Amino acid sequence: MQYTLVAWMRDKPGVLNRVSGMLRRRNFNIDSLQVSHSETPGISRMTFVVDGDERVAEQVVKQLRKVVDVTAVEDITNRLAILRELALIRVRTTPETRGEIMQFAEIYRAQIVDVNAENLVVQAVGTEDKVDSLIELLRPFGIDEMVRTGRVALCRGDERPKRRKQATAIFKAAASLNGNGRGEQE
Amino acid sequence: MAIAKREPTSSGYDLGPQEFTGSQMVWEALLREGVDLVFGHPGGAILPAYDALAEYEGDGRIHHVLVRHEQCAAHMADGYARATGRVGVCVATSGPGATNLVTGLATAQMDSVPVVAITGQVPTNLLGTDAFQESDVVGVTQPVCKHNYLVTEIEELPLVMKEAFYIAREGRPGVVLVDICKDVQIATGTFRYDFDINLPGFEPWPEVTVESVQEAAALLNDADRPLILAGHGIHLSDTSRELLQLVEKAGIPVVTTLLGTGNIPETHPLSLGMGGMHGEAFANRAVQACDVLLAMGMRFDDRITGRLDRFAADAKVIHFELDRAEVGKNIVPDVAVIGDLAETLPAFLPLIRERQHKDWVATLDEWRAETDEADIIQYEVEELIPPYVIRQLWHATEKTDQRVIVVTDVGQHQMWESQYYIHEQAGMLLTSGGLGTMGYALPAALGAQMADPQALVWCVAGDGGFQMTLQELATIQQEKLPVKVAIINNGFLGMVRQWQQIFYDKRYVGTPVLSPDYVKLADAYGIPGAVVRHPSEVVPVLEQAHATEGPFLVDFQVKEEINVYPMVAPGAAVDELIRRPKPGYVQGYSGVQPSW
Repeated sequence: MQYTLVAWMRDKPGVLNRVSGMLRRRNFNIDSLQVSHSETPGISRMTFVVDGDERVAEQVVKQLRKVVDVTAVEDITNRLAILRELALIRVRTTPETRGEIMQFAEIYRAQIVDVNAENLVVQAVGTEDKVDSLIELLRPFGIDEMVRTGRVALCRGDERPKRRKQATAIFKAAASLNGNGRGEQE
Repeated sequence: MAIAKREPTSSGYDLGPQEFTGSQMVWEALLREGVDLVFGHPGGAILPAYDALAEYEGDGRIHHVLVRHEQCAAHMADGYARATGRVGVCVATSGPGATNLVTGLATAQMDSVPVVAITGQVPTNLLGTDAFQESDVVGVTQPVCKHNYLVTEIEELPLVMKEAFYIAREGRPGVVLVDICKDVQIATGTFRYDFDINLPGFEPWPEVTVESVQEAAALLNDADRPLILAGHGIHLSDTSRELLQLVEKAGIPVVTTLLGTGNIPETHPLSLGMGGMHGEAFANRAVQACDVLLAMGMRFDDRITGRLDRFAADAKVIHFELDRAEVGKNIVPDVAVIGDLAETLPAFLPLIRERQHKDWVATLDEWRAETDEADIIQYEVEELIPPYVIRQLWHATEKTDQRVIVVTDVGQHQMWESQYYIHEQAGMLLTSGGLGTMGYALPAALGAQMADPQALVWCVAGDGGFQMTLQELATIQQEKLPVKVAIINNGFLGMVRQWQQIFYDKRYVGTPVLSPDYVKLADAYGIPGAVVRHPSEVVPVLEQAHATEGPFLVDFQVKEEINVYPMVAPGAAVDELIRRPKPGYVQGYSGVQPSW
């Protein structure tokens, strides 16, 4: 089954490599990996989709925690969470098909973000299932190019990670360290 | 010998701000970490640091051991660290210097040995340009390090050095590499060492939950056939005394891993010796028959478990372990006690009922007696066989008052050493367990001898492994170290040959190995030596080696095709083992009564 893991890490050079290198070395099967800023300066947030059983997911969490730059890890698979993915899909069009494509987009609450004579770009946001199903609908028209972000996840209000409190303290410490801790020596 | 577990930062040095070059900062940081010994090899990108070393070597604050190959610098730092419990330090230049370190670092990391490696890197303006002697050392070493750093700014250097030692030492020990660009070594900056370490993602000492200890105690108190499987963690946490208390209080037999050798004295009636691939049959049978398996400070390596799904299949497993990630990695325990054994064992002890497990121990003794007769070689030999050499080595070293450290290489002799040498203490045997690095013994023995100049250090190596790092004989002489070297010379890469014999129909491809005249070789380095070809020569030559003040090399030319038994084939369950052939018809045993 698929597990959704979230990890926070110090935003330092090579940290993505440390994490991805560990995942490869340990032979874990990762379906998607997404990196971005978090709400705290100096802390990045990664969202992983791990394919495997519970034991594998637990090992991924534990091994991630061992990476020194990783400050916190959560398995949010069983929490109520907002799971989203963004896709940009360039679909071939003819004057005859353009209307139908736009209708499909509308059904999926996707937006048309670029149009020219030969194609248009659909921007879809939703769960992977939803994005998958839109892509399947559009495929017969001809997809020229496509990019997907991979899953991002945020827990709903009451379901915020339990380690959150601790994690917040960690963020503060890390922020002070990254902000000017090292600069003090100058 | 008890080792100091957590070495405090050496005081007596100014921790406040001072102006230094990056090169000086490296050595200043080492001094503040209590380091007075480094193993290294210079080169272009680390030259500024070496230049600054002159001052520290000059007044005797730091001693530098010049190695003949950087791999050996890492092994020496490893041997030093294993012999002292302190962080070993090795130094190399960029590119080939650093890549040569990799095998040694991987060896130390696999066996949880605290090592800090310092490497020079090309100047920051040349990074990424494929400059002369540039390699991506942080990238190359990342998978074999606990953590590593590339230092591109002088401001970072003091904190990085302090973090490096902290990470290497705290929690489960490991390897940290610090790669320092040449221009950073040259630059001048403010050095201080009084910061608090703030590593939010690093949890070296997980908090022990009382419930887990209680749960483990309840499970153990109900056991009828309990067994302890003790690993390197006992030695690392310096808890062999507590382990012995537990063993005697609750009457629990103990099997050790290779790196757990000596966790309890092997002469103890409840010691079953090493388990696993080349463990005794009764030890492995005990593992399979126990009802509660208490695994302490070990990681269920495949060499100890054999086929996983049939490993201790009927037993409830309690896993005492510091590193969370080891819990459930290979074996999912029924109870996990996470934390430092130095905390968990003392908390566990009072909760354990006094018991004797008479029936269980009697059964094991029966098995042991059967094994003794059928398996253990107790026969006078007509030809020189390795087990005899090892047993005589034990007799010879048993008599000394000195601390004895035996450092083995990898292969048949390594297994014979663990079987026939009788280890009384944890930390007596230094060996490459996890990575199985041939060439480890000689440099690691040097490191151990540097750590304890008074100790009697024996390097035991095969003719294959010895030839991988024999150039360090020069370092022995340069440092005037009294390391004794025993080469178990059987003309083969013995363990590989054994596998070829058993699993590849005796096709000895690439395993016959030519040796030089080792005595002449030693002589070329100014080291005295002797050849032993017959059993009657073993004892006198060992006595000669011990009577010789400096180093001594013995070339034991043993019978060629001897195998290590018992043996569990890879992938088999640990009780499906190939036993020793009966004496009298194989391996040169005459079958007469033992005299040793």
